[in-house]
Amino acid sequence: MSEVIYKKPDSLSDKPFHYCPGCSHGLVHRLVAEVIDELGIADNTVAVAPVGCAVTADEYFRFDTVQAAHGRAPAVATGIRRALPDRFVFAYQGDGDLAAIGTAETVHAAARGENISIIFINNTIYGMTGGQMAPTTLPGQVTQTSPYGRDPYTQGYPLHICEMLSALNGPTFLTRTAVDSVPHIRETKKAIRKAFSYQLQGKGFSLVEVLCACPTNWGMSPTDAVRRITEEMIPYYPLGVYKEEV
Amino acid sequence: MAYKIILAGFGGQGILFAGKLLAYAAMLDGLQLSWLPSYGPEMRGGTANCHVIISREPIGSPIITNPDALIVMNGPSLDKFEDQLQPGGTVILDSTLVGRPVKRGDVDTVCVAATEIAESLGRKGLANMVMLGAFLKKTGLFPVESFNVAIKKMLGENKQELAEANITAVSAGFNAV
Amino acid sequence: MSETVLMKGNEALGEAAIRSGCRHFFGYPITPQTELSAYMARKMPKIGGTFLQAESEIAAINMVYGAAAAGVRAMTSSSSPGISLKSEGISYIAAADLPCVIVNIMRGGPGLGGIQPAQSDYFQATRGGGHGDYHLLVLAPNSVQEMACLTADAFNLSEKYRIPAMILGDGTLGQMMEPVDFSALPKPVFAEKPWATNAMGGRRGPNVIKTLYLLPEELEATILEREKKYDFLRENLQRYEARFTEDADIILCSYGITSRVVETAVRELRNEGIKAGIIRPVTLWPFPEKIFKQVRPKAYLSVEMSMGQMVEDVKLACECRVPVYFTGRTGGIIPSPAEVIAKVKEIHREVCAVV
Repeated sequence: MSEVIYKKPDSLSDKPFHYCPGCSHGLVHRLVAEVIDELGIADNTVAVAPVGCAVTADEYFRFDTVQAAHGRAPAVATGIRRALPDRFVFAYQGDGDLAAIGTAETVHAAARGENISIIFINNTIYGMTGGQMAPTTLPGQVTQTSPYGRDPYTQGYPLHICEMLSALNGPTFLTRTAVDSVPHIRETKKAIRKAFSYQLQGKGFSLVEVLCACPTNWGMSPTDAVRRITEEMIPYYPLGVYKEEV
Repeated sequence: MAYKIILAGFGGQGILFAGKLLAYAAMLDGLQLSWLPSYGPEMRGGTANCHVIISREPIGSPIITNPDALIVMNGPSLDKFEDQLQPGGTVILDSTLVGRPVKRGDVDTVCVAATEIAESLGRKGLANMVMLGAFLKKTGLFPVESFNVAIKKMLGENKQELAEANITAVSAGFNAV
Repeated sequence: MSETVLMKGNEALGEAAIRSGCRHFFGYPITPQTELSAYMARKMPKIGGTFLQAESEIAAINMVYGAAAAGVRAMTSSSSPGISLKSEGISYIAAADLPCVIVNIMRGGPGLGGIQPAQSDYFQATRGGGHGDYHLLVLAPNSVQEMACLTADAFNLSEKYRIPAMILGDGTLGQMMEPVDFSALPKPVFAEKPWATNAMGGRRGPNVIKTLYLLPEELEATILEREKKYDFLRENLQRYEARFTEDADIILCSYGITSRVVETAVRELRNEGIKAGIIRPVTLWPFPEKIFKQVRPKAYLSVEMSMGQMVEDVKLACECRVPVYFTGRTGGIIPSPAEVIAKVKEIHREVCAVV
């Protein structure tokens, strides 16, 4: 008699992820799906997918999903939220989507205290288009569009989204986590659960920024990529809770 | 035939409201009408005007190029619209504020010291109503009684005191001609 | 029972939307449509609806996208430059086959242009504006009463055919007041929305609203499927008003507020013995081309507040069998009946000359 001790969450479909080896998207998708299963809210969930590598998230998630235009996920989520006040609504966005083209939508959804949750994948690069400089690309980081390394003098400095949003009155829970180690992955799941619970309690806007790896576009092996999160990203983007209203 | 009125003056004189009142009175009379305001920066401190057309037939263009009547409450408006008036048309002008006489010889002019009269009533802001009173007397477009009903209805239950003040001002204008 | 009230076009449009079951309005201020937003801001909270002033036109249209995906009647409004910003979202809404109503109270362009009335967004409304193979249902009212009635139609048709609808008005129609009888509004007819992403509960599997198809064959198939709907609408939804066309030598074509200038001009021309007629498209897309097959004028004249945009559709509709002329003013100027009359007389001399 065998016993099931580990299984795919019900909220994930059977379709294999198309993500590259070592990419963090699959991992974070799974964490999101686990939390939704644990909270028992799949039947009540509407997700908003971004433009970026996670654009086809609807193929993996087993709940209603709306694909947004690039950067507009918080606005689309707002529309859904206002139309369906009793549903659970979250957006899943990358750094180019959330912090460059969609900065206005992000900041204003946060400022309104819109009762939605956002999962923010920060991997310091545009993945889907093949590795261009993102708003979160680190100084000195080489990308297709910063081939000599990001030079803050001409290309500006990265955006610290959690720090920025923490200056607003609207958000109630803002945190930055990482997926570079098992403890950090566990913390990420806890953070997602907390963010989602905040929404379920009607507490308003929450965002979990997850420092993630993009080995392909970083030109690294998956293990080196994880090490980069630990050694380069976490020092620049300190982990922790930036806002937490009880 | 359509009767075409341009009301014009400074923003803040209640030009648009006076036009609305004429439109509203026409609607209560079962007539066809259109009310078209100037909009934009003109509204703030500059000149304001509105076009009111009243007709028994459906109204084509709501834009007036040759008005039958001109109700003017400042000099610049007289400068702007005097030439457009139909021959034989009517000008009602606020002689307190318009510093010059009408140049055209082929139009009918009524000068009424509307702002002064309104001030004497203690309601400077109702010079527009004094002008309408003079206009009604001159043109006979609506009987004063039915116009007063329009004022009361348009201002609604909660503003009957203001409606009475408006009616008094209309009456003062009516009697000043 | 008649419910005639005196209202601005913008406000009548808002009231009609509410009476049509719209409870979600997402706006952004811009002259000359602002009264509509202001009206919704006053009314929506009192009836349990949503009025939200977005951070941008882009956000507003994407909120509409979200609300429409969730299955409710949603609306946004703007004026020309704002519609350019919304065009991205409009393309996505069309691609997702979502119903909604978008209002453009046109002003002069290009660029920031001006704030006075214009009709220079005809191409934008009927040819796309956003990217890709798509159409909007475009309705062009010419009175305050029609601002109300066509808004009610727009909600019903948009929902029935899952196509975004646009009310294409202009600054004059938005700002002017006329009596409007709300008892004449078409009644709301709500369509079933089994496709809505309103959460799975009760359904077997998830619903997805998406616009990305990475396989060309798959994308082409969705476009071809939508084109069938467009063909159906082209065949069945053409609306127009035709007057004095039977014996007309010259038929004037115009829509919206300009059609009222033309109406005045044609009455005068008829009084002078010139046989002028009117075709007023009410649907700009689908363009009412059928009526052009039934009339036999010696010439057409398209009168617009632009440099000549609808004139192209007039040429296509009449297949250039007779000369098609254009006259108009732009930049915020409304042509006068006298200008139109002068142009018709000039054409009349050319095409009706006694040989």
